[in-house]
Amino acid sequence: MTPAVSLRDATLGYGDRILWSGLNLDIERGEFIAVLGPNGSGKTSLLRVLLGLTSLSSGTATIAGEPPGRGNRRIGYIPQQRAIDAPLRGRDLVGLGLDGHRWGTGVSRIRERRQRVDRALADVGAEAFAKAPVSQLSGGEQQRLRVAQALVSDPEVLLCDEPLLSLDLANQRVVSTLIDRRRRAADTAVLFVTHEINPILPLVDRVLYLVDGRFRVGRPDEVMNSETLSELYRAKIDVVRVRGQIHVVGAQSGLCEDDTHHLHEEPA
Amino acid sequence: MDKLFDFDLYGRLFALPYVQAALIAAAILGLLAGVLGPLIVSRNMAFAVHGTSELSFTGGAAALLLGIDVGHGALAGAIVAALVLGLLSRRSSDHDSVIGAVLSFGLGVGVLLLWFYPGRAANKFGLLVGQIVGVDFASIALLSVCGIAVMLVLLVIYRPLLFASVDPDVARARGVPVGGLSLVFAVLVGVATALGVQTVGALLVLALMITPAAAAARVTASPLRATVLAVVFAESAALGGFILSLAPGAPVSAFVTGISFLIYLVCWTISLLRGRSARGPAVLTNAVQLRNSVSG
Repeated sequence: MTPAVSLRDATLGYGDRILWSGLNLDIERGEFIAVLGPNGSGKTSLLRVLLGLTSLSSGTATIAGEPPGRGNRRIGYIPQQRAIDAPLRGRDLVGLGLDGHRWGTGVSRIRERRQRVDRALADVGAEAFAKAPVSQLSGGEQQRLRVAQALVSDPEVLLCDEPLLSLDLANQRVVSTLIDRRRRAADTAVLFVTHEINPILPLVDRVLYLVDGRFRVGRPDEVMNSETLSELYRAKIDVVRVRGQIHVVGAQSGLCEDDTHHLHEEPA
Repeated sequence: MDKLFDFDLYGRLFALPYVQAALIAAAILGLLAGVLGPLIVSRNMAFAVHGTSELSFTGGAAALLLGIDVGHGALAGAIVAALVLGLLSRRSSDHDSVIGAVLSFGLGVGVLLLWFYPGRAANKFGLLVGQIVGVDFASIALLSVCGIAVMLVLLVIYRPLLFASVDPDVARARGVPVGGLSLVFAVLVGVATALGVQTVGALLVLALMITPAAAAARVTASPLRATVLAVVFAESAALGGFILSLAPGAPVSAFVTGISFLIYLVCWTISLLRGRSARGPAVLTNAVQLRNSVSG
């Protein structure tokens, strides 16, 4: 069976700055991969490549059986939580995930559309606030709608860009559990960009850790240890496990930055 | 003022061809403004509409001077302005300052062009505050063609355009050509604005393009319902304003802006009253629900 995502000798750079090179990675269906690394290490750029918004400098990529291209319908995308101030209800946001990219009126499919949106809303437990303006919902509620928006089109690959950022612990759990449930139920591959692994640690199969053009792929315990991270950062790093959580000491601000970033911003 | 309620007078006025032409013009404009308005509000483009309308005045003034039809000139001016604004400000952070710089210059050029024009003062004034009763059947034809064209394009691009307007990041990720659509939309707005310039005038286009949509957004968050309401509001303002202005022979724009602002105030009040009664319990149920879904 072909992998859900496949990168072969993939290199990405802007001008003479190389973000990462020689990246080989196969993500199987149903696999949950966390992409970690300091800011500017090219985590979001990897998502942009897979979404077809940026081209690789060299190497090849395939996602859901095709080369990355704009508007592959078998890819779902969950962004980080960000205020939406446009007049819009929750169910409209989810509906756009289903057919927002289509031209024409879509009147002929209106019944099917309603059913699929209802089902997606029910799957994330969002029926109660689906008709409220999105701008009045809490961050956690908005992110549950984001999950429904990404899943309503029944994707084979789910790309998540810091979807837990700025959520409290309870909501981080709700949202990550919803994503996990989906990949187990439908064998959806999940590529989860984050700067904080702990909220999703129990769900992660493998980690891709990017630092300064270098990277490591492996199980969390293979990558998240003092030796490997010291090698990656080329500095003394201590990885401490406390009550099932991983804490990385010595990487300074590089690991715990809370800077928000946007998909459409090119790295400098 | 008692002329306002002289129904016999209205009967005679409605029989006049130029009044009928003006009513058709107002109806087309109200429809366009109502359909485009919610998207303009979603995209925070109120200032861009204002800028486009003033620059369509510049185009109209240039046409007047060159002896071309003012309507065509206004149309050309608005489309050029829409494209320039769209191309110059792809990033929303400097959107407003770009519009500010371009529109003040364009307006200055327009004023200069009018000063060169040796004709009657009424024509000059008409470009600024509108002269719907001056609409002839040639302009009705232009208006109808433009109106139908705008509606057809909108039908085709509506869903991606809505997606790009309210949720640009995800729309981009889903392959929606966000940049291209914003240029197309700018042109649609430019065309509708140019039509508006001739009825309510360059300075008052906001009353039809923005106010009804802003009022609708106060009372509903559904894009479909907001569009229907905005059309109803814009038609009420455009047709109602024109009809009310007929008997006293007062300026159309005063009535159009008055009605649309009144609608806005009513909707604003409704949203205030609703917010006060609905907020508390809704927050509570959400909290309970969240706890359930975490433990479940």
